[in-house]
Amino acid sequence: MARFLPFKVAVFFTVLFFMCTDFICCNNGRRVGESLETELSGFSVPLEHSFELDDTGKFQVRGSLQLKPGREPSVSLTQNQLSEEDRAKLKEVAAVDGLYRIRVPRVFLQADRQTEWQMEGHLTAFVRACAMVESHLSDVITLHTDVSGYLIGVSIVTIPGACRGTEVEDEVDLEVFNTTLSIMAPVNAPGPETALFLERMEQETEKKGKNPQEQKSFFAKYWMYIVPLVLFLMMSGAQDQSGGGAGGGAANGGGR
Amino acid sequence: MGKLILLLLSLIAFCNIVAAVFEDQVGKFDWRQQYVGKVRFSHFDTHLQSSKKVLLATESNVFAALNTRTGDLFWRHVDKTGPEGNIDAVLHHGQDAVLVVGNGRVLRSWDISVGGLNWEIVLDSGSFQSACLVGQQGTVKHAAVLKKSVISLHYLSNGHQKWIENLPESETVNYQAVHSGGNGQVYALGVVPHSHIAIVAYSVEDGEIIKQISVDAPWLSNIPASCAVIGQGMLTCVDSTTMSLYTLDLYQQLQMTQIPLQALGLEVDPDFHPYLVSHQPNPARQPLSEFLLHLGPDHHLLLQLNNGQVVTLRDFKPALLVAFATTGEKTVAAVMSPKNKTACSINLFSAETGRRLLDTTLIYTVDPTGGKPERLHVQAFLKKDDSVGYRVMVQTEDHALTFIQQPGRVMWTREEALSHVMTMEMVDLPLTGTQAELEGEFGKKADGLTSMVLKRLSSQLIMLQAWVAHLWKLFYDARKPRSQVKNEVSIENLSRDEFNLQKMMVMVTASGKLFGIDSKTGSILWKHYLENIPDNAAFNLMVQRTTAHFPHPPQCTLLIKDKDSGLATLHVFNPIFGRKSQVAPPVLSQPILQSLLLPLMDQDYAKVLLLVDDQYKVSAFPSTKNVIQQLQETAASIFFYLVDSSQGRLSGYRLRTDLSTEQVWEVVIPTEVQKIVSVKGKRSNEHVHSQGRVMGDRSVLYKYLNPNLLAVVTESTDLHQERSFIGILLIDGVTGRIFHEAVQRKARGPVHVVHSENWVVYEYWSTKSRRNEFSVIELYEGMELYNSTVFSSLDRPHAPQVLQQSYIFPSSISTMEATLTEKGITSRHLLIGLPSGGIMSLPKMFLDPRRPEIVSEQSREENLIPYAPELIIRTEWFINYNQTVSRVRGIYTAPSGLESTCLVVAYGLDIYQTRVYPSKQFDVLKDDYDYMLISSVLFALFFATMISKRLAEVKLLNRAWR
Repeated sequence: MARFLPFKVAVFFTVLFFMCTDFICCNNGRRVGESLETELSGFSVPLEHSFELDDTGKFQVRGSLQLKPGREPSVSLTQNQLSEEDRAKLKEVAAVDGLYRIRVPRVFLQADRQTEWQMEGHLTAFVRACAMVESHLSDVITLHTDVSGYLIGVSIVTIPGACRGTEVEDEVDLEVFNTTLSIMAPVNAPGPETALFLERMEQETEKKGKNPQEQKSFFAKYWMYIVPLVLFLMMSGAQDQSGGGAGGGAANGGGR
Repeated sequence: MGKLILLLLSLIAFCNIVAAVFEDQVGKFDWRQQYVGKVRFSHFDTHLQSSKKVLLATESNVFAALNTRTGDLFWRHVDKTGPEGNIDAVLHHGQDAVLVVGNGRVLRSWDISVGGLNWEIVLDSGSFQSACLVGQQGTVKHAAVLKKSVISLHYLSNGHQKWIENLPESETVNYQAVHSGGNGQVYALGVVPHSHIAIVAYSVEDGEIIKQISVDAPWLSNIPASCAVIGQGMLTCVDSTTMSLYTLDLYQQLQMTQIPLQALGLEVDPDFHPYLVSHQPNPARQPLSEFLLHLGPDHHLLLQLNNGQVVTLRDFKPALLVAFATTGEKTVAAVMSPKNKTACSINLFSAETGRRLLDTTLIYTVDPTGGKPERLHVQAFLKKDDSVGYRVMVQTEDHALTFIQQPGRVMWTREEALSHVMTMEMVDLPLTGTQAELEGEFGKKADGLTSMVLKRLSSQLIMLQAWVAHLWKLFYDARKPRSQVKNEVSIENLSRDEFNLQKMMVMVTASGKLFGIDSKTGSILWKHYLENIPDNAAFNLMVQRTTAHFPHPPQCTLLIKDKDSGLATLHVFNPIFGRKSQVAPPVLSQPILQSLLLPLMDQDYAKVLLLVDDQYKVSAFPSTKNVIQQLQETAASIFFYLVDSSQGRLSGYRLRTDLSTEQVWEVVIPTEVQKIVSVKGKRSNEHVHSQGRVMGDRSVLYKYLNPNLLAVVTESTDLHQERSFIGILLIDGVTGRIFHEAVQRKARGPVHVVHSENWVVYEYWSTKSRRNEFSVIELYEGMELYNSTVFSSLDRPHAPQVLQQSYIFPSSISTMEATLTEKGITSRHLLIGLPSGGIMSLPKMFLDPRRPEIVSEQSREENLIPYAPELIIRTEWFINYNQTVSRVRGIYTAPSGLESTCLVVAYGLDIYQTRVYPSKQFDVLKDDYDYMLISSVLFALFFATMISKRLAEVKLLNRAWR
């Protein structure tokens, strides 16, 4: 066990390193020193979690969410490690199929001033604590906003999501959160696609116009076959009908 | 070429879905019942002695004429809903009926013989107060309409306005009544509350004010409630505080004369507001000098006003209801008095003398399952010997009309409560005795081999017996002409048919009356009136135990909740017989927030109903030990959600083992921006047969079938047409996870939503294009299933793929529902109730977000219809052909025993029941199936084989001999 520890530590550091790089990416290279700008362009709210054996909500700070308001709000997360005490508790809670809950305060992302973004109450979500443990704290947290930028909901899932009862022996796996965080605004539902349909119709009519040969009626296309046929039929029919009469007429004509 | 294929494709598509009825099928599988609503005004057509019409104007804004012999409708006019179509007054004269509609907005005259419109005029604005017919020299030619500040006179012949006059001092005086006694004058009566009465007399000829006076009356606040004009223009009022009658001569206007009731030896019941009823048989003459005084709930008096003196003609006590009626020159008062607990007697009294007329007793049996009588409508007529005969129409609290003839024969009953059905369920009928016997045999515990064998033998003997009886009946019926064979349905011979097509419709109406209706014929099999139902009650009907658990009776529970206080009561009953169950429902002292019917069952196979009160405490019904134990075992997997639309809060809870609850998730939609208008889950009895859709390339696209999915629809608070929007939120009811959040911009409600399988269809009004649009959202899991055996909301980490498409719909809609079948194999249709009264069956395949813009080989393979932005209404899609259903408010669908068949009930003002076959009747042989041909072919083949076999044998034998 002890032998593997350095290796694990190395992994841990790589993970931490990646997280840090991620963090920097999210912040668009903003440095820590620019605190004034941070205050203007964003604010941070606590992300809290709770896992108790008796399922009472005792929320503790898990990390802080850096929210950057604007037309396309962005979010990033810095979070603490789980202490040894917490790890033990989480495993205990998982063993009794308790819940792991998170909550964020309700905020308004389009506010200009800091005083306006804070609102009453929290938004909460949960996963089964066992899923949290078995996924080695890899969770996906999504924040949902409404049209005008109010935070309306938060959701959390773990990947993998199932509780199979596998034992997580190693304490180190439960130290660092591996969180994928995103913020979602409502999408615009499509209306009826009339423009495209009309375009298609126009294209079809154009096709028709370009190719007049194809669009001609049956009669227009084959008149040269039909007319002689009809004429032939008529003539033959007339002859059959009254051979004598016609003959008589012809005889008269002949006589003149 | 492509176009040709397209045409072919669409042809194929349409061939599949054309489902019209043949002429000889009309009324075979469907029925319609038309209603009018709760009666507000009624007039018997008296201008012909032989007439058999009664005109009804109702609170549902319907004006109709009924046949008094049968109770059927002669004609019916359905006006707009709401105050716009409200019928304020009905003036009936001869052939015409003049209606004031929409708070005095419109004056309409109807020809009552055929129900045709004579004329209609729009009146000036102003709130309507009163109207009356105005006669002169024995003929009635005008109608006067009194509004808040004007009075106008109209010709009855064409509706033209003769004159209109402003009322003097209309800012201070409340004009409330108008009166005409046939002397060329019209009186507008107004009151300044607790001060004086103002009387203005107008000349009928030119509207000139003849007289205008005011008389002190500090005790008066409302004229119609306490006054009436009696006899020679005597305005008579009754006041309960001073316990007096007041009379005032309208023609001489001296002073109010006070006549204390004590002087007449009368006393008003405490807490009863006394009132007067006068009677004016002919508008061209003065009202009668006799009038009725109501002094208590069951105390009525017939009084006469004679030269300023009030004389008591008759004291009716106890008398529940009293009404005047006139025929010829005779006026009578019909008095209903209680006889015993189950019956009332009605008697006629001469209005002039107060004497009881001989042989006029009529017994009205009070329906124990109905409400108390509320109003009496009397149709009086002269018999051959010049005595007065009569029939009565009794209106009861449950909105029922009963028409009774002497000596108590009920000619017809109309259940007008059915014009306002709130919710309904369809319950399977019980098995027949023999089937039940067989079921019972399996249900009982085994007690030895021999007894089991004996039991089996006995039950089979019973079955044989029943079969023989059935055969005998068939044989017997076959000999009779077809018209005589009647299949009368009564509550005794109810039993399930072969394909479970006949069911019991349990309907809950706004009046609080419950009905059990046979779905095959539409006949009412039982009714039950619940008293003391609040006006704004919300109903939730749940089937706790179906008929499948013989010998336990089926059980339905109705949750009745007062919307204001949130307090609820439970009514538990047997849906087949309508009887109240022996099971005592729990008393709910706390307001109820949510009710859930769990799939858990107690030992008597009743599903457990959970009720969540405003303290988030959970109580179970039935709450036996067994149930509590089961609940404790499964508590961790019982989640429920609550919606508080006033705060925009959606919250999820989990049950704890001690039956308390804990909140596990919360989503808050700020009410400043949008408000939640509807939350739709899926129906619990829905089955989905196919897990996925086969694509053109033979791969499978799996449906996302989350039974806990909720579709939440919001509307923006900003109603400006540029900024208004509709939000749609797909959220898991267990975890609170938001799967999809979409906004339909420039759109407005009302939104109709249907949520089923893996799709949500909603309809809204597009403010930008000013049209109705449909939108469909479908959810797919992708090309592979996460977990194909079981679905758990807690273990589905991947969000579904969401596809959406929108269409134009050329009509607004009233309601929408999806068809439902037993196993979900049949394709789905949407049933759309249109305001025009049609019910359209729109195939779901037209609302499919995968309809391609450009046709490709693959989409053709998949049978997808190419996208067209407009959905067209095809007349052959109307499932109710010409049977218009007025004001559809809801459509209920139920599966039948046949997979192809779905039972449909549309309810609104009318009720319409039919069957639909979304994929045609693939599991039923056609009516004209040629059994003869197929059996003769079979027999022929059989004999041919026999003969050829024989021949072959002979040949073989011959060959062997050779």
